[in-house]
Amino acid sequence: MSENQEQPLAAPADEDAFKSILFIQPGDSAENAAKEEPAFFSDLNLDQVVDTITRGKERYELRPFFYSPLKDIGTIQYRHEVMRDLEDLTLLDDIRSFAQGMNTVREYIELSTKLSYKYQKERLFLDAVGVYCDEVRYLLDDLTRADVKSRGFLAFRDYLDSYVKSDRFRSLCSETEIVLSKLSQVKYSIIIRGGSFTVRKYNSEIDYSTVVENAFARFKVAAATDYLVKFSDPLEMNHIEAQILSFVAEIFPETFGDLDDYCVRNADYFDTTIRNFDREVQFYIAYLEYISPLKQAGLSFCYPDITEPELNVPKGAVHLHDSEYFDIALASKLVCEDSPVVCNDFYLAGQERIFVVTGPNQGGKTTFARTFGQLHYLASLGCPVPGREARLTLFDRIFTHFEKQEKMTSLRGKLEDDLIRIHDILSRATPQSIIVLNEIFTSTTLGDAVFLSRKVLEDIIRLRCLAVCVTFIDELAAMSESTVSVASTVDPQNPAVRTFKIVRKPADGLAYAMSIAEKYRVTYRHLKRRLSP
Amino acid sequence: MKALLLYKDRDFDMEQRMPWNEAALTEDLGLSTLFDAMANQDTFLLDVAKKVIFTGSIDLDTILYRQEILRDSLANPSILRNAYKIVVDTLEEKRQNFWAFFSHRSPNSVLYGSNESMKIFVAKLKQLKSIADEHGHEFKSKGFSRLFEMLREELTDEYFAEIESHLTYLRSDHDVLVSAGLGAGNKGTNYVLRKPPDLKIGWLKRVTLAISRKSEPYTFHLDPRDERGAEALGKLRDRGMNLVANALAQSADHIQSFFTMLRFELGFYVGCLNLYERLKQKGGQICFPVPVPVHHRDHSFVGLYDACLALTTKEKVVGNDMEGEGKYLVIITGANQGGKSTFLRSVGLAQLMMQAGMFVTAESFSANLFSAVFTHYKREEDTTMESGKFDEELRRMSEITDRLTPDSLLLFNESFAATNEREGSEISSQIVSALLEGKNKVFFVTHLYSFARRFHETGKQSALFLRAERRDDGMRTFKLMPGEPLDTSYGEDLYDRIFVNSNVTKSRNGESYES
Repeated sequence: MSENQEQPLAAPADEDAFKSILFIQPGDSAENAAKEEPAFFSDLNLDQVVDTITRGKERYELRPFFYSPLKDIGTIQYRHEVMRDLEDLTLLDDIRSFAQGMNTVREYIELSTKLSYKYQKERLFLDAVGVYCDEVRYLLDDLTRADVKSRGFLAFRDYLDSYVKSDRFRSLCSETEIVLSKLSQVKYSIIIRGGSFTVRKYNSEIDYSTVVENAFARFKVAAATDYLVKFSDPLEMNHIEAQILSFVAEIFPETFGDLDDYCVRNADYFDTTIRNFDREVQFYIAYLEYISPLKQAGLSFCYPDITEPELNVPKGAVHLHDSEYFDIALASKLVCEDSPVVCNDFYLAGQERIFVVTGPNQGGKTTFARTFGQLHYLASLGCPVPGREARLTLFDRIFTHFEKQEKMTSLRGKLEDDLIRIHDILSRATPQSIIVLNEIFTSTTLGDAVFLSRKVLEDIIRLRCLAVCVTFIDELAAMSESTVSVASTVDPQNPAVRTFKIVRKPADGLAYAMSIAEKYRVTYRHLKRRLSP
Repeated sequence: MKALLLYKDRDFDMEQRMPWNEAALTEDLGLSTLFDAMANQDTFLLDVAKKVIFTGSIDLDTILYRQEILRDSLANPSILRNAYKIVVDTLEEKRQNFWAFFSHRSPNSVLYGSNESMKIFVAKLKQLKSIADEHGHEFKSKGFSRLFEMLREELTDEYFAEIESHLTYLRSDHDVLVSAGLGAGNKGTNYVLRKPPDLKIGWLKRVTLAISRKSEPYTFHLDPRDERGAEALGKLRDRGMNLVANALAQSADHIQSFFTMLRFELGFYVGCLNLYERLKQKGGQICFPVPVPVHHRDHSFVGLYDACLALTTKEKVVGNDMEGEGKYLVIITGANQGGKSTFLRSVGLAQLMMQAGMFVTAESFSANLFSAVFTHYKREEDTTMESGKFDEELRRMSEITDRLTPDSLLLFNESFAATNEREGSEISSQIVSALLEGKNKVFFVTHLYSFARRFHETGKQSALFLRAERRDDGMRTFKLMPGEPLDTSYGEDLYDRIFVNSNVTKSRNGESYES
């Protein structure tokens, strides 16, 4: 590695130059990111997820990034690389402290424009630039020390390196340091009387607290309580402080003259690429912070293997074994409450395209459907997804239709509404789409529901897109070789207790009897083993 | 200034952790009775007694240092109690100082509060000093001599005058000189009260500083109606006072911790004095034990009795003698209610008391020091399931093993008997062998005959066997004598007394004794 770096490199081609930590495609950029929340967000509870992820980070305007699924595997991999680099806690802390520094810069600048006393405004500007210079250099040091491997960070590091070496930045730093150091050497005294005060140069008088400490030194013991009063002091000056400062400026005219000049010369100090990095890298940090408590609670996340949707190859569209998937929104709520999270395994193999989910109510069916949608969506953002291992395909659109809570005036109205919406979905969906249907046609007779559901499912099967269909109609479970029947289960000890496990099995209504057979070890499998010599 | 009455070179660490088996030791050795006698209704003294006894020393010099101080204390009880009272009163008055309670709001109130506390401390230091002046020469121990000498040397009249002048200066509302620098946003920072060059110690009244004339350049006069300005100026002054207020408050704390430490360390000897006076009422004898270094093995005493039993019973308690030099294992067998448990308790108690630097309840006592004392007693509760009980006993043994350091003393009382004789003996033998090889000393009260017998046959040189005495008429003497383990524990005596009563046939008694 080091040898490579020492060799003189050819001037980087333009496509290697750093553009963004989030995007590599020419058409993709922060400006082009979606501003509106996708329609399926609330059905998949992704609205809650993004609300939590972006909370406290409003100033970065991260929502558009979470509203814009990627359409190319290259960018997803680019983000995976960056995200993996950021899983190094040292680097993550480094970037966080850089972000904090940039915040301080912004706060100082904001205050500087708000305040009214000249030498305070100027000093805040100087302090802001001082923090900016320090943070940029720290960041370069940190990135140089860190073992970054992603194209994103490597290119950004190169960019930062040349920026820090530029004359412009170097003179900004040295000027800032000189003025700051002159100001820090200013030391003065105030004589405070009843109704007046006098400011003069400091004259090395003895600190009275050391006089007191010495007087009582013979009683001194190691540990001491701190009785220093912490003053809650706004940075804004009152007129007394301002008067003192203006006296001080008169006593030290050269130092304050330098400060005036400095502010005029360096008004335009903030580099745009660094400003963009500061915003965009928060996409990763926000997501990592969101999943960190889940990981601590023992839940797994993985970088999914993303494949192009291949139309005519009947290969596994989704392929997942013992993978412990979970609903990220529900998990984050449960972990907060210290409740256990139930994980599920599922996979689609061969011709399989569609999960038909049946079984007892409140058994985790909707959660299963959401999990399926969330996994694909989060994967399309280039984020790690719940689970130990995942292979997922790119999609063009996600369509969801969830039972809505709102009361309709007539049953016909609701059924009609359902049909209109499903028709709309089916007419827009392509073989690359994902459809999640949750308890459709509950508002009509069983006969109608069976008929309509069958028709809809046939259309989906014909479309050959990925789908999850949660239904109470057992007949749907075995309609085609592309459907997979899965069902929610109950605790065999106590059928009233849901396990929230969704397992592959025929929708035969025998789940409970089977569980009891398992318990008494009288299933075929058990009996074979028990009866073998 | 340090009290140094428990260690000659350091303070007692009042925050140190009590041994993990504090509760077991307290229960098994009956320590509550001892602590209560030392406390004499004073909860603070109770705490002191616990902390010192549970954190005994393994350093010979420390133990002898304390013994010497304790001898002084027993010889001068009223002076000791008087000094202790001054210290207690000081802390009580300080506790009731209303101003110290409010002192976190501003530097000014910190200053005021600590000034009030200082007044109390100075008055009491003067009282302590006068005790040192009057009675210091009556104390012979290194510890007390050093303490009194320190009080005389450090607390001179000149010193009291100096600190009183500071207190006066920092109490008055005068002009101040404050230095500062420029911080973030060019706000003033590092405000420090400076001692004006022309300030003389000994001022009594509010003064105007002579260091500046009001006509000096860069002087600003506030409009008399500018209330916000006056407030802002007052805040600046407050900031200037912050460091010095902190210094004074911390100094007050330091003096308080001197008193606190003195209260604790004197308190220990007051506790010993209380115990001594109680035992004397009961006619109990005490002696100062002779500690032997940790790696030696010795346990030799005459007339050792159970201090707690002596404190609670009206009758004269029986003392035991033992000659245990070079012995690693003491196995006690014999009659039920023959004084075995009492004996075991007296050994444990004496050990803790000796290592705390106290006297012990015996005519003479000498033993090596131990890094820790552990008790493993049969527990009476949870008798519903025998297997559960055995399980619990082994779990406790495992817990002890987790914390065991070499050179520990382990006291077993009828342990591992919640199973049959053979298994109990086997387990006991395995455990005890391992403990002895791990350089520990074991006292084991047991009815497990095969276990006791095995060590009697194989380890006579390093083991000692004591037996609860029983006269031929079946009465107990409560005195233990050297004797090999016998294949009975006279349970039949108990049975007879409780079930058969006076109808007992003499022949049954005779038979069992012969077997």
